[in-house]
Amino acid sequence: MNQGTAGSGPGKVAIIDGGGANIASLRFALARLGVEGELTANPDAIRTASHVILPGVGAARAAMGRLRQTGLDELIPRLTQPVLGICLGLQLLFEKSEEDDTDCLRILRGIVRRFDPAPGRPVPHMGWNQVVATHSSPLLAGVPDGSYFYFVHSYAAEIGTATVGQAVYGWPFSAVVESGNFVATQFHPERSGPLGARVLDNFLRRY
Amino acid sequence: MVKGVRFRNHEVVGGIIELARRYRDEGADELVFYDITASPEGRSVDRRWITRVAEVLDIPFCVAGGIRSVADAEEVLRNGADKISINSPALAQPSLITELARRFGSQCVVVGIDSREENGAYRVYRNTGDPSKTTFSGLATADWVREVQARGAGEIVLNCMNQDGVRTGYDIPQLQEMRAISAVPLIASGGAGAMEHFSQVFSAAAVDGALAASVFHRGLIHIGPLKAFLRSAGIEVRP
Repeated sequence: MNQGTAGSGPGKVAIIDGGGANIASLRFALARLGVEGELTANPDAIRTASHVILPGVGAARAAMGRLRQTGLDELIPRLTQPVLGICLGLQLLFEKSEEDDTDCLRILRGIVRRFDPAPGRPVPHMGWNQVVATHSSPLLAGVPDGSYFYFVHSYAAEIGTATVGQAVYGWPFSAVVESGNFVATQFHPERSGPLGARVLDNFLRRY
Repeated sequence: MVKGVRFRNHEVVGGIIELARRYRDEGADELVFYDITASPEGRSVDRRWITRVAEVLDIPFCVAGGIRSVADAEEVLRNGADKISINSPALAQPSLITELARRFGSQCVVVGIDSREENGAYRVYRNTGDPSKTTFSGLATADWVREVQARGAGEIVLNCMNQDGVRTGYDIPQLQEMRAISAVPLIASGGAGAMEHFSQVFSAAAVDGALAASVFHRGLIHIGPLKAFLRSAGIEVRP
């Protein structure tokens, strides 16, 4: 386990266990950076971690239901260490999702909306798409503007005050958000090649 | 927006990790592993190789072959795959598509369709992994394409059997017809033999990805030069 001091590297990294089946790729991506992520739903383990990752696969309503069951819906907004949401984990930071009309964590202002399929624009939005920085963020340090990242989602957050990077799929949406100690990516950094690894590394070492 | 180059792998475990690394480094956007060790008789399959692939890959990958139940899919996804692809089991039990989509989300659930043109009609075939067992499913391809979407498939890989292995280009007319009725990502498979075939299928059939196996496998086409070619043809690809 990497026991770096604050500012030079992560201490304990907690991955919030939302019950999804596919967390292995994130853990392996962290391992490639020399960091062991602990998959946990234990409030104490999450509270005492140096960095917290809120991953997300599956549906918003089911994910919020699981967070409520364990009281994590109350804990997460009060965390003060760096928190990284990924994919659904980004969407859950907002007020509300159109997916089954779900109330989310309300850490960020805004609504998560559904993509409508259109000719040339199938849903889910699944594949590599370009991310353009709208504000500077340590999360995107060393990432050339317009770089491609891997997306898999049917819902997306509109551009808002927390947006620092956007992508376009029919309409511009929040690809990267940052507000205080909360950052999040709609894309999957763990599946986005070397630049995705850079984003994860930035989260662990620059926050 | 979303274009991919994929391969399908008929190798067994030993070479898989090395191939995964090679294609990753060459710039493949996604890999599909076709697990032919999964027997049609349903004997248990050793899936530990998936974890080893997930450890080295930093791009998405899909596992096809031998997935017949929610439990099979769960094991594949837990081991680190991003997607599962089902073909004959979906024909045998269409409700499996819905069960998988409900449990894991549509984005994980790829339905592979083996389609062949006969007398001017496109028809779905099953058990194409074993030529002696391949039979007509009774379904028209367009009907099945609609049904799998209604049942929750998040992606369709259309393998055009007339083109499979002949390397004379993707089946553009068939892909155009299925593109028009696919609101989910559609991946072209079967027929790639030259770089022009990839640019044709993206521009003429507006597919979301093009899958190829043998041309990459045999080193007839390399992914880096292919992507440079596609970019020069005005097709958007990840560098």
